[in-house]
Amino acid sequence: MANLTSEYLGIRSPNPFWLASAPPTDKAYNVNRAFEAGWGGAVWKTLGEDPPIVNVNGPRYSTLHSNERRVIGFNNIELITDRPLQTNLDEIRQIKRDWPDRALVVSVMLPMDEQTWAKYIPMIEDTGADGLELNFGCPHGMSERGMGAAVGQVPEYIQMVAEWCKKVATVPVIVKLTPNVANIVPPAKAAKDGGADGVSLINTINSIMRVDYDTLTMYPTTDGMGTHGGYCGEAVKPIALNMVAEIARNPDTADLPLSGIGGITNWRDAVDFLALGASNVQVCTAAMVYGFKIIDDLVDGLSAFLDDKGMASVSALVGAAVPSVTDWQYLNLNYVEKAVIDQDLCISCGRCHIVCEDTSHQAITHTVNGERHFEVIDEECIGCNLCVCVCPVDGCITMRPVTDGIDARTGEKINTEKANWTTHPNNPMRKQG
Amino acid sequence: MVSTKRSQEPQSSRLSKAEIEDNFGDLHPPLSRSEALIEADRCYFCYDAPCTTACPTGIDIPGFIQKIRSDNIRGSAYTILRENIMGGMCARVCPTEVLCEEACVRNLHEEKPVSIGRLQRFATDPVFEQATQLFSRADASGRKVAVVGGGPAGLSCAHRLATLGHDVVVFNRDSKPGGLNEYGIAAYKTIDDFAQKEVDYILSIGGIEVRNDVAMGDDFTLQQLRDDYDAVFLGIGLAAVNELGMDGDDMTGVDNAIEYIAELRQADDKSALPVGRNVVVIGGGMTAIDIAVQSKRLGAERVDIVYRRGPDQMGASRYEQELAQTSGVTIHHWARPLRLHGGGKVTSIEFARTSFDDKGKLKATKDTFVLDADVVFKAIGQRLADDDVVDLKVQHGRIVVDDSQATSLADVWAGGDCVTGGDDLTVSAVQHGKVAAIAIDTYLRK
Repeated sequence: MANLTSEYLGIRSPNPFWLASAPPTDKAYNVNRAFEAGWGGAVWKTLGEDPPIVNVNGPRYSTLHSNERRVIGFNNIELITDRPLQTNLDEIRQIKRDWPDRALVVSVMLPMDEQTWAKYIPMIEDTGADGLELNFGCPHGMSERGMGAAVGQVPEYIQMVAEWCKKVATVPVIVKLTPNVANIVPPAKAAKDGGADGVSLINTINSIMRVDYDTLTMYPTTDGMGTHGGYCGEAVKPIALNMVAEIARNPDTADLPLSGIGGITNWRDAVDFLALGASNVQVCTAAMVYGFKIIDDLVDGLSAFLDDKGMASVSALVGAAVPSVTDWQYLNLNYVEKAVIDQDLCISCGRCHIVCEDTSHQAITHTVNGERHFEVIDEECIGCNLCVCVCPVDGCITMRPVTDGIDARTGEKINTEKANWTTHPNNPMRKQG
Repeated sequence: MVSTKRSQEPQSSRLSKAEIEDNFGDLHPPLSRSEALIEADRCYFCYDAPCTTACPTGIDIPGFIQKIRSDNIRGSAYTILRENIMGGMCARVCPTEVLCEEACVRNLHEEKPVSIGRLQRFATDPVFEQATQLFSRADASGRKVAVVGGGPAGLSCAHRLATLGHDVVVFNRDSKPGGLNEYGIAAYKTIDDFAQKEVDYILSIGGIEVRNDVAMGDDFTLQQLRDDYDAVFLGIGLAAVNELGMDGDDMTGVDNAIEYIAELRQADDKSALPVGRNVVVIGGGMTAIDIAVQSKRLGAERVDIVYRRGPDQMGASRYEQELAQTSGVTIHHWARPLRLHGGGKVTSIEFARTSFDDKGKLKATKDTFVLDADVVFKAIGQRLADDDVVDLKVQHGRIVVDDSQATSLADVWAGGDCVTGGDDLTVSAVQHGKVAAIAIDTYLRK
């Protein structure tokens, strides 16, 4: 069995699965249940100054559903903790005492004032918590007050607050980044420059879920008015993975330890984040949709995967896929693939044909010798993968590399030498040989 | 089916009213909204979908399912009804397992097709419940068409003609329109008087006058209609019943299945219907299944279907055969009736086992068996009533028609069970009526 023990910024946990700072980590009661279920760690829901903020007393959450009401995307307008600071501090202290082997990090969000940070950080550390996570990510409510994403969208602010914290903190400081930026690298670089020990990402994405078709107001509302919330859940994973990979592959930030967040629902999602450079992962939505029991699949799915790969520990997986991520300009333009339909698996739904016919390259038949039959026309196939994407049968359509002979589409011989845009004759900016 | 009264004679109230009500509840209860959304999600939205090809009326099935998925139920109903105005009844009675659902590509993937029939009912039920008019009539053409027969073929033809702007008079031999939807078809497939709701919906388009209790031959002739109307459509079904062709056919207790079913369908109180204790049904089609299952559900103690060939040759689908078997009916294959026993009243019936001879012809063997019977139902098919079809070209007992349902007379079209190529399905009759209406419209506008 692979060893799932995780160490992130020196903070140890029995597995790399932490609950993210969010409603599931607002109270000792919940965190206690999470640890009983087997979660490796938790980031306590963001603390703020007293008096505590208040939340709306109506819908805080909304979802993007499939027809069978599977939750695909999730949105919330809940703010940071609405309980008195001392209540939270007392409970954090008790939990850390009861669960010494679990990671317990505290999220914090304070006004842009050095004295305030200097005042609260020692109070939080006094609970025995293992680390601090600076919430520069929440995109709703708190950002209107100059906190959360309002900080995370300005690299100079990130660096400044990180510096304030590092002056007083004795435990690791993690900066939680907002995805509501054009480029994730400058905020990550700012956190690093401010001395942060690591960054966690992503926080939620600005979003409105839909309108109410009866009232023609946005949905949901609080007494007829609504506001954008933060989007998360399975639907945001690809956005999060890109941001994690961008930080992991940029030389300025590649050495910054990452905690991956965004739509992790099963162990495969965790593998995505770890392989693209995250050292551990944080989960919220999946727990809010299914309860804490999902940790069972996360843990033994990842463990079995590592065993299959012959990896002894999680760290062997971290960053494994990062070298495969590059800029478009470096992709090999001489490489050719064609789609292949396995006729034994094909159920003749015709979806590959119609999407190729209507929206792509007319490269899949519909009728052959008068029979309904779906076959790739190599002379037309550009290898775009659309048919693979829409085929309802797993493994029925696959992509076949064409490594020698002639490309039936171009009529040209396959060139096995790699060549990319930087040297392509059509590129006016090409590098001269 | 617990308190069967053990009389040898056909008698009523073998079961309590409550038991019978329960036995004649909806065979396939409607899908809830959640069930429909989940089932709709299973549709792959195939291109040039095999289900649509398999549907005799060519309903755009992926199209109507897609609209269920997006909560566009009225649009979904229109997609169905514009091709098949009896989409509501067909959702209940179509043998989908040998039509659209047999063609569903899901069969190749996981051996469980999308429940197209039940989705079709989900989409169309609200239209009939709320009487939502989805159709409108074209400008009046000033032409008048006679439709003979108030069954699926005739009503389908009448509705399409009405939407195309023509006026229609339907001559119906029964006292209510609907044909076999109203008088045939097992009661548990069409509960709550759905057949009449559907008729009302069809007639609500306007321009269709129905004259009930008038029969061709008795009250008018085809020639009169040809003289008085611009075109004629015949959807006259098969009014005569085939006979066993053996002694005792007229004994008490030997009845035609379709007549009993009609009586059952029209009964206000099914518990008042006399039902036999030992019921034997002869035949292998849907009518045989319908009479057998309904007899059982009315409280018959023992019901046997005897069919002269094997399960694959039965007109009833595998699903229907299984429905009979799970309802407690025993199906005997490869046997045909030899003689009826009893004085004035039937007491039993003797069968000879059958097999194919060297030439592949079915023949009776010497092997015989006897089944006790106080009721014998004949469900061996119907045929054209002879005087219905004077003047028309007829082949193998059916009116000859071409692809546009045109008969040998230039101004007469025909469809439904009475024509060649008919397969005794409501859905096919609806298609015949629709195709004929389009052809008639072209003819009238020449």
